[in-house]
Amino acid sequence: MSNNKVILAEGLTKMFGDFTAVNAITFNVEKGEIFGFLGANGAGKTTAMKMLIGISNPTSGKANVAGFDVFTHAEDIKKNIGYMSQKFALYDDLTVKENITFFAGIYGLSKNEIKEKRAILIKELGLENVTNKLVGSLPLGWKQKLSFSVSLIHNPKIVFLDEPTGGVDPITRRQFWELIYKAANEGTTVFVTTHYMDEAEYCDRVSIMVNGKIEALDTPKNLKKQYKVSNMNDVFLKLARG
Amino acid sequence: MSITVNHISKSYKKVKALEDISFKVKPNELFGLIGPDGAGKTTLFRILTTLLIADEGTATVVDFDVVKDYKKIRNNVGYMPGKFSLYQDLTVEENLNFFATIFGTSIEENYELIQDVYVQIEPFKKRRAGKLSGGMKQKLALCCALIHKPKVLFLDEPTTGVDPVSRKEFWDMLKRLQLKGITILVSTPYMDEAELCDRIALIQDGKILEIDTPEAIVKHYPKQIYNVISNNMYQLINSLNDYEHCHSVYPFGEFVHYTDNRLDFNPKELKAYLESKNLTEIKIEKTKATIEDTFMELAK
Repeated sequence: MSNNKVILAEGLTKMFGDFTAVNAITFNVEKGEIFGFLGANGAGKTTAMKMLIGISNPTSGKANVAGFDVFTHAEDIKKNIGYMSQKFALYDDLTVKENITFFAGIYGLSKNEIKEKRAILIKELGLENVTNKLVGSLPLGWKQKLSFSVSLIHNPKIVFLDEPTGGVDPITRRQFWELIYKAANEGTTVFVTTHYMDEAEYCDRVSIMVNGKIEALDTPKNLKKQYKVSNMNDVFLKLARG
Repeated sequence: MSITVNHISKSYKKVKALEDISFKVKPNELFGLIGPDGAGKTTLFRILTTLLIADEGTATVVDFDVVKDYKKIRNNVGYMPGKFSLYQDLTVEENLNFFATIFGTSIEENYELIQDVYVQIEPFKKRRAGKLSGGMKQKLALCCALIHKPKVLFLDEPTTGVDPVSRKEFWDMLKRLQLKGITILVSTPYMDEAELCDRIALIQDGKILEIDTPEAIVKHYPKQIYNVISNNMYQLINSLNDYEHCHSVYPFGEFVHYTDNRLDFNPKELKAYLESKNLTEIKIEKTKATIEDTFMELAK
């Protein structure tokens, strides 16, 4: 395989009994790309993502993530990717410092590496005054930025973000995207789901899932041209109900 | 007035959830509370639906006091909390029947009011509520909040986490309910939904930033906004932030919204500056403010 492909999926399928949740999806994601993974609720995004991050076995098809096969090397995938979701991010009853230390430890960083990374991360996010505060007491936007940085602590090739900005205030939402741009600029691949269609415009390429299939995949610019509309919201409205 | 809120404040220990909030909602108005998580929206909903008592201030709903006449209010309002709060192990039909019965009515009596929404979940009426998809749960919750024909409907973040297509359908539904004479107070973190309300209050950190019609709010935006675009979004944002005359820089879809702190701003100067930063394909054009621009300017 080419070294520049961080995700290679071919005919990836997941069935639950008679129901096909993900129906033979085929796509690639390049190194350093910001890839938007869109679709209506129930279109199959979460199921597809679970297969890609190695926590759900595909029914059929092929997929390789961060250089590892999802069927045979799911454990290696988990070590080489970052993951954050709106629902599970950090431990509310641990402090900022404890959370960073805990996750860095889980990913096998040495004591010295942890100390060094922790200091950089706290400084970059401007959290110097709250390092010993419980994460539960921080505003949602801070938590999400911290959670994103923690998901990158082991320098993964790719980070999966599942609706990272839901409910976050508009200023923090933009600061969050600046962190995404920065990570992508440094070569980390970003795979992100969102219901904010302005955020779809920030992606290099976007796929739209409808009833388990990828119905569209291109740059936002080309998608708008193809569907003859002026923004991604209208592209979504045209496609998402099949 | 359908709702009046006078100088309401509420704290939880050290955290001030609401600080001196006042506003009015007119009969049959669709009024939006627009603000992010943690703004105080849910606390305000709980005070107005008589589930929580404010530390200071007074409020009335359909002319009843939220403290003294709380029982009367409960008969006259419908409340859909942000968190799904129906009985997971009752079926769709059982939940709806339960709520109809405790309000002394029946599904048949007010079917006309919920029909529009209920037909979409009726095929699943024997399914337990806990087994429904997110979108269907939301529709069931709305039916249960409507079954006693309330005068005022309180909807706390009904569209959070919902995809754009379902969000649009939900708002179409709200508009139809409004035509039936119901007053609606709805909260949302999505700024684009603000435009669908008759009037809105922008709320952050327990304070109201501004109350007006969506059209008037965007008119009050103090500066000229420019859409800026170039070959590289990340470099563009960084370069604009470093520009000495920069007032604000926010990515907005395919563009960056830029405002300058000078009155005699000349886009050509900015273009030359960006070119000096090795950016290409630069375009700078005037654009109109949105609710989100206004919110960010006020929250700054």
